[in-house]
Amino acid sequence: MSFPFNAKIPAGPLAEKWTRYRGEAKLVSPANKRKLDIIVVGTGLAGASAAASLGELGYNVKAFCYQDSPRRAHSIAAQGGINAAKNYPNDGDSIHRLFFDTIKGGDYRSREGNVYRLAEVSNQIIDQCVAQGIPFARTYGGLLDNRSFGGAQVSRTFYARGQTGQQLLLGAYGALSRQIHLGSVKLYPRRDMLNLVMENGKARGIITRNLVTGEIERHTAHAVVLATGGYGNVYYLSTNAMGSNITPAWQAYRKGALFANPCFTQIHPTCIPVHGDFQSKLTLMSESLRNDGRIWVPKKQEDAEKLRKKQITPADIPAEDRDYYLERRYPAFGNLVPRDVASRAAKERCDAGFGVGTGLAVYLDFEESLKRLGKEVIEERYGNLFQMYEQITGENPYTTPMMIYPAVHYTMGGLWVDYELMTNIPGLYAIGEVNFSDHGANRLGASALMQGLADGYFILPYTIGNYLAAEIHTPRMTTKEPSFDQAAAETEARLNRIMQIQGKQSVDKLHKKLGHIMWEYVGMGRNEAGLRKALEELPKLKEEFWADIKVPGTLHEFNPEIEKAGRLIDFIELGELIARDALLRAESCGGHFREEMQTSDGEAKRDDEHFTHVSAWQFNEETEPVLLREDLVFEAVELKQRIYK
Amino acid sequence: MDLTLKIWRQKNATDRGGILTYKVTGVSPDSSFFEMLDMLNQQLIEGNQEPVAFDHDCREGICGTCSLFINGRPHGPKRGITTCQLHMRSFSNGDTIYIEPWRARAFPVIKDLIVDRGAFDKIIQAGGYVSVNTGGIPDANAIPVPKFNAERSMDAAACIGCGACVASCANASAMLFVSAKIAQFDYLPQGKVETTRRVQAMVQAMDALGFGNCSNMYACEAECPKEISIANIALMNRNFLKAKVCAEKEG
Ligand SMILES: Cc1cc2nc3c(=O)[nH]c(=O)nc-3n(C[C@H](O)[C@H](O)[C@H](O)COP(=O)(O)OP(=O)(O)OC[C@H]3O[C@@H](n4cnc5c(N)ncnc54)[C@H](O)[C@@H]3O)c2cc1C
Ligand code: FES
Repeated sequence: MSFPFNAKIPAGPLAEKWTRYRGEAKLVSPANKRKLDIIVVGTGLAGASAAASLGELGYNVKAFCYQDSPRRAHSIAAQGGINAAKNYPNDGDSIHRLFFDTIKGGDYRSREGNVYRLAEVSNQIIDQCVAQGIPFARTYGGLLDNRSFGGAQVSRTFYARGQTGQQLLLGAYGALSRQIHLGSVKLYPRRDMLNLVMENGKARGIITRNLVTGEIERHTAHAVVLATGGYGNVYYLSTNAMGSNITPAWQAYRKGALFANPCFTQIHPTCIPVHGDFQSKLTLMSESLRNDGRIWVPKKQEDAEKLRKKQITPADIPAEDRDYYLERRYPAFGNLVPRDVASRAAKERCDAGFGVGTGLAVYLDFEESLKRLGKEVIEERYGNLFQMYEQITGENPYTTPMMIYPAVHYTMGGLWVDYELMTNIPGLYAIGEVNFSDHGANRLGASALMQGLADGYFILPYTIGNYLAAEIHTPRMTTKEPSFDQAAAETEARLNRIMQIQGKQSVDKLHKKLGHIMWEYVGMGRNEAGLRKALEELPKLKEEFWADIKVPGTLHEFNPEIEKAGRLIDFIELGELIARDALLRAESCGGHFREEMQTSDGEAKRDDEHFTHVSAWQFNEETEPVLLREDLVFEAVELKQRIYK
Repeated sequence: MDLTLKIWRQKNATDRGGILTYKVTGVSPDSSFFEMLDMLNQQLIEGNQEPVAFDHDCREGICGTCSLFINGRPHGPKRGITTCQLHMRSFSNGDTIYIEPWRARAFPVIKDLIVDRGAFDKIIQAGGYVSVNTGGIPDANAIPVPKFNAERSMDAAACIGCGACVASCANASAMLFVSAKIAQFDYLPQGKVETTRRVQAMVQAMDALGFGNCSNMYACEAECPKEISIANIALMNRNFLKAKVCAEKEG
């Protein structure tokens, strides 16, 4: 079956597509913009930048987030930096190179047109952020400083100490706050979006729960933008915030929006290892550390065992007995190979018995750069990360190597969108991490911040007008229409059903079970038998939820347990879709590693003949979800095995 | 570790609230403070009681969502960290720990340990930004910024908006929070343009929202999890005075 939706990639040469699109897109006059309402769910980099920019253009914007303030969206936690093709260091970077690195890094599973546009607008983002008063790192000459990140041989990453996400988000939050002050944006914090409202096949509103009062509220608009972040918490333990969830996107999926490439999840190589059963989240140690840190494990298993038993310390291992396995296997990129490659290599060493710590950890060692650069330089570059590490582990990374292990971090999959960032539901948009669009099967470091801000500042404000231009005659809807009654009733029924179970297991307990199944069978290495096992276990877990979950309190008050329960059931359903997608994609690409599909030296083996497509899943109440394939066409780049040796 | 917890419980904004006592046992010193509270909540849920509501999200010290007065100190006994970064190895077996919400007129309690810090957003909305629209911006390197200024700006910009400064202040003043934003922008040419207007607007909002005055006790600096310096307050006061003088001259 051919793919029934149009990705709307403009015709013409790659470098001209976006210019051409902008030249031809329909515009909405200022007077008409005032008559049009836009809902933006999420105030992370994508949502805040979009809401602010749309407000500036003159639309009426309503912005929602589940936190008490838009400034707390999880984008705040991004540490390392943001990419752009400025070529300030004069090291050979260009828009084309950033485009190419992103396509290659994504293992040739993203659209050329979208990715080229991303690279194209990247430079404007940096200009914008500097104008907003973001204190990026600078050189003594007063110009912006850059560093390198995994998957690139140039220095194109802009940063603000180890708090780049915080600073970029506060910039967007400032712009958003300014529009709130000017009255073009109305803010709705502490709201959970629980349902999408459709009228005549178009997205026309949302249903939210006021998290303070428990009230179910209705909001109408001419377009709905989802900017709700990633779904890493389907694994329970991840680097995401505790509240990060898939619910808005999942409810949209249940209403007909396609969900693309759910199995493309990213495991980050440098996180603080798990320390016990009671653990609630994992902390990332920024990838930027790999610029100056060297990764190693002992060469001898006996040494590894002694280290695990704490009979010796890493300092007791002489240089010749250390295995700098990334430098050994990938001499060209060394410690800066892409994330998926670095993660698998760590797992491989640990599975082979060379792990340190609990056995599931490797060293990230700064000894040499401390000697070469001095403590002051290292402190300036990574001070807050070192401090964070010491806080959590009680160990001082200036004197002993860090211990790290891969952890779930980012999700490349998400709602299917076309070139305009619109889902297949007219009027419903998805921007930032919640869409599937730009990173293919693996995202390069410092590219998510770039994508979130590209979508919000520079792409959506153009593309949404192309849709809304035809909506100027559509009158505002009241929230008393049957479509709102029905959506609100659905949501209330679901919440009541959960409250009535009063079983024995807390939400966290079941969520941990979900995480266990996902990590075990749908984690870093996947195989047919394991995926089939997950597809047996997950429906059982779903039954367990509906029979045995326990939510205390009532619906009509501040009740964090009911919030978590609603998110969990959507995660369980999503987990099943991830496993299904992973099973069908019988190739290894990017973050999706099928153990059956590897080269003799353990590298991922793609199958371009059968899988050069986006897997877009369509919900079906009666049957299993239906797989639709959007073929990926490559005109500018040649598909090659990714080699970082 | 076995611990006794004395926790503020308050059903909603209108409830009077009070301290209740709980026991948790078998806490690992490697677990975080919140993982210890998770254990307590697990216990409460299984015993058909309502879990303790507390604010948290990133659990890595950057989002500013978490709060808590622990044994009379915002974010607990250790300097330079948030509650979510606090680990149980900072306590001893057998300890009694008092856990209360932020207390300030401008931060009303919503439930148990959760307060409403919307007033901070309102202060920012009044002027805590550079007034530029999206697009039409000159090249990022068009205006060089001395490294020293960029670093000082970053020091101030590290504020996470948690409200510990207000909670630690006898007058519930928001001066440290406001001055950090003023200073971040004042150190940069892009932000300096608007300093005068910004100071006036933000100070006015701060006063209107019920925050108290600064009486130079410096508890805020000592308790700030990001160690924001009170030098920012001096910088802000200078600019506030300047703004006043200018206004009088013009007026
Ligand atoms: C620890 C960490 C470090 C990272 N470091 C980097 C880095 O250095 N460079 C880089 O490029 N990328 C990095 N990333 C990735 C990057 O930060 C994220 O992909 C990106 O910030 C996502 O932005 P977003 O706007 O899409 O979503 P988010 O910032 O996650 O925002 C989601 C928003 O949606 C709202 N929301 C969610 N659910 C609901 C609901 N049900 N109802 C209402 N509102 C809802 C939330 O309140 C929030 O406002 C990092 C990620 C993590 C976790
Ligand atoms: S939970 Fe984010 S700072 Fe504590």
